[in-house]
Amino acid sequence: MIKKTVANVHEALKGIEDGMTLMLGGFGLCGIPENAIAQLVALGVTDITCISNNAGVDDFGLGLLLQKHQIKKMISSYVGENDEFERQMLSGELEVELTPQGTLAEKCRAAQGGFPAFFTPAGYGTEVAEGKETREFDGKMYVLEEAYKADFAFIKAWKGDEAGNLIFKGTARNFNPCMCGAAKVTVVEVEELVPAGGLDPNQVHIPGIFVQRIFQGEIFEKRIEQRTVRQRN
Amino acid sequence: MLDKNGIAKRIAQEVQNGFYVNLGIGIPTLVANYVRDDTSVEFQSENGVLGMGPFPFEGEEDADIINAGKQTITTLPGASFFDSVLSFGMIRGKHVDLTILGAMEVAQNGDIANWKIPGKMVKGMGGAMDLVASAEQIIVAMMHTNRAGESKLLKKCSLPLTGVGCVKKIVTNLAVLEITPDGFLLLERAPGVTVEDIRGATEGKLIIKGAVPEMKIE
Repeated sequence: MIKKTVANVHEALKGIEDGMTLMLGGFGLCGIPENAIAQLVALGVTDITCISNNAGVDDFGLGLLLQKHQIKKMISSYVGENDEFERQMLSGELEVELTPQGTLAEKCRAAQGGFPAFFTPAGYGTEVAEGKETREFDGKMYVLEEAYKADFAFIKAWKGDEAGNLIFKGTARNFNPCMCGAAKVTVVEVEELVPAGGLDPNQVHIPGIFVQRIFQGEIFEKRIEQRTVRQRN
Repeated sequence: MLDKNGIAKRIAQEVQNGFYVNLGIGIPTLVANYVRDDTSVEFQSENGVLGMGPFPFEGEEDADIINAGKQTITTLPGASFFDSVLSFGMIRGKHVDLTILGAMEVAQNGDIANWKIPGKMVKGMGGAMDLVASAEQIIVAMMHTNRAGESKLLKKCSLPLTGVGCVKKIVTNLAVLEITPDGFLLLERAPGVTVEDIRGATEGKLIIKGAVPEMKIE
């Protein structure tokens, strides 16, 4: 067994520098690496490029990094719930690259799986395809999209073992699996860290080979963005 | 004229037995409330769930189980969770039968714009570009005119496009229309709405063939 555990978030984020490109899992506030984000705020690294489907809300998730002006560029598919984000983007302080959601996932997956690029129909004929190679297959047009290159990937999993094997829960899975192994260093925070042998290999979603560092997260607030309920009759 | 729930009720009639359906945010989400009980469907949410159920009872919300609108949801028996790559594989690979989404503008050739107003509103396309580029069947749910009273059914979209030539059908508060090579074919009128009302609210080319029936909504 190759051990991937590190003691805490401080060790987990060793090597982070200004100007790096980071991948962060999560959809909205669901399945985001809360502990890593808090540490990025504490470290005060700046000029970072974040690849993340969303940009958090004003006072949580990546919104915390935006507040401190630590982000130079955001690569996302949807950034609608964050006023500070919109202000920084419209004023030109923040560089933004909007990418179709499935393309964003696949650009991570391509980096993980060793593909330099792939063709997708998403965005053909729109401004997303401007300056990109297009090609026809079976009468339909496709756009060539390249794999991302990132320094660190920050992942949130439900359970993990010392070997870095991961299991995700519910829709908190989202972009987390495709970002594992898609950056030079993959750092995973888990709600429950178990010894090797503590996970059934049949149930593992992501094998430890894609993970360099794993740690037990200290705080998981797991904030709900839109609390919707129905009445009991 | 229909309200938002009326539009959702009419679209629910398009949902067939055995369909996997992706619902966008807004009016499309309401469609789930009106699908007939004898129709077996599964709703897909692109953040990674198939077999979406209703909102949870108060106190049973789970932060780890949400839909693409970031709302807390439940799952039904037979549901599954998956990652974003697999989710968009379902969409891109045409395994999802029907996509219902909102729009700011639709053009008579089937172009759709729903993600950006330059200089004013830039929320992003989310999964909409992937959905419209691949779905075989796309129904747009929207109001016929915008808040300023201007038509949203145009000769040509003025806003940045989400997809080209992809919309097949549109259900608005005034009408049901089909995109044809010649323009917007008027299929049905909303209750109490005349063909002239629809003509007046449609900037793009409207095609009328014979008497246009009124929608049947329970």
